[in-house]
Amino acid sequence: MSLATLLLLADSRFPTGAHAHSAGVEPSHGAGGVRSIGDLAVFLDGRLATTARTEAAFAAAACRQPSRWAELDHELMIRTPSPRLRGVSRSLGRQLLRGASRAWPSLPVESLRALHVDGPMQPVALGAVASAAGLRPHDAALCSLHHLVGAVTTAAVRLMGLDPFSVQALAADRAARLDALADEAAAHADDAPHALPSFTSVLSDILAEHHGTWETRLFAS
Amino acid sequence: MRLGIGGPVGSGKTALVAALCRLLADSVSTVVVTNDIFTTEDAEALRRMAVLPDERIMAVETGACPHTAIRDDISANLDAIEQLEAAHAPVALTIIESGGDNLTATFSKALVDVQIFVIDVAGGDKVPRKGGPGVTAADLLVINKTDLATLVRADLSVMDRDAKARRGALPMLFTSLVSAEGATEVVAWVRVQLAQWHRA
Repeated sequence: MSLATLLLLADSRFPTGAHAHSAGVEPSHGAGGVRSIGDLAVFLDGRLATTARTEAAFAAAACRQPSRWAELDHELMIRTPSPRLRGVSRSLGRQLLRGASRAWPSLPVESLRALHVDGPMQPVALGAVASAAGLRPHDAALCSLHHLVGAVTTAAVRLMGLDPFSVQALAADRAARLDALADEAAAHADDAPHALPSFTSVLSDILAEHHGTWETRLFAS
Repeated sequence: MRLGIGGPVGSGKTALVAALCRLLADSVSTVVVTNDIFTTEDAEALRRMAVLPDERIMAVETGACPHTAIRDDISANLDAIEQLEAAHAPVALTIIESGGDNLTATFSKALVDVQIFVIDVAGGDKVPRKGGPGVTAADLLVINKTDLATLVRADLSVMDRDAKARRGALPMLFTSLVSAEGATEVVAWVRVQLAQWHRA
């Protein structure tokens, strides 16, 4: 495993189209949820306790089990109740394949695109990319968690002008938890797709649907 | 051919896209991708003006960073372009309109073949002197709203002189896009680019 490769895939500058998404921060902000650094900590911890764990486990499993991508894609889709968030995940999965297939040409893009007309769910794509990049399921899970933290913190800074140093300190405080969550996700790498975790966040799903109807918004989701 | 149209907020990018569609789309199979900052307003404006069938216009959302979406991370724009070009093949001209941004925003060469940068007289006659990659390096610089020059006390000869100093031999056009006819010269330039591109 190449540590430099992991850093490359984890870097938010790697082009995947994710910069246009707030990982639920803007929908929550609009509903009066996230308004301060304290709120942001609660929001992030909520995501790390729910959807982030599910997605990290699917990324780990997709890295380990290429023969079961179709089942993994389906199982993750049914754990994502919001049609809008399903669409977002598939567009981000599709866009990840574009950049990653250039960086790691062994990535079987056609098989992955064939999983769904709109592209694979993002964590499935991420696990597949990690595998093509020579990374392990644990790395795929850690990347998934790290991307979530990055999306949440960046969106909060752009949206509310929160102190960027305080926001990064909040992320740093959670580093050990991210490591532990990646361990937990990697422990699921060999599980049958139907047996993978299904932690969800109902409010995130509802707010994402509302967000899609807003007339003006900074982020796509 | 993929044509990028960039420039600051309110300089006339959407008006130029609309005029190009009005004057070109009858003879050139055209699709448009807009990049909005807050909304899909530009795409909706183009649809309202009915310059193209609705399904030939697609909006990309840029997450508060319009320049990122056209330069650093072009994934979402390429995604939209490929969908439009596949649905309406053969497409001869794909126009990508940037979200309004500052003078530093330019398109990635992986996203567009040629680019137009649109500034306007009302932004002040010092803008060409300030430069930036849009002003200095775009394949065509359009200086719009010449009809407002006297109202905002902008000296067109200063803009002309400074833009030429910044751009050397690269072309520049003054326009007033209050009507589509104001874009006639830009359309002629685009037709030349199209001919060259499709020959190459």
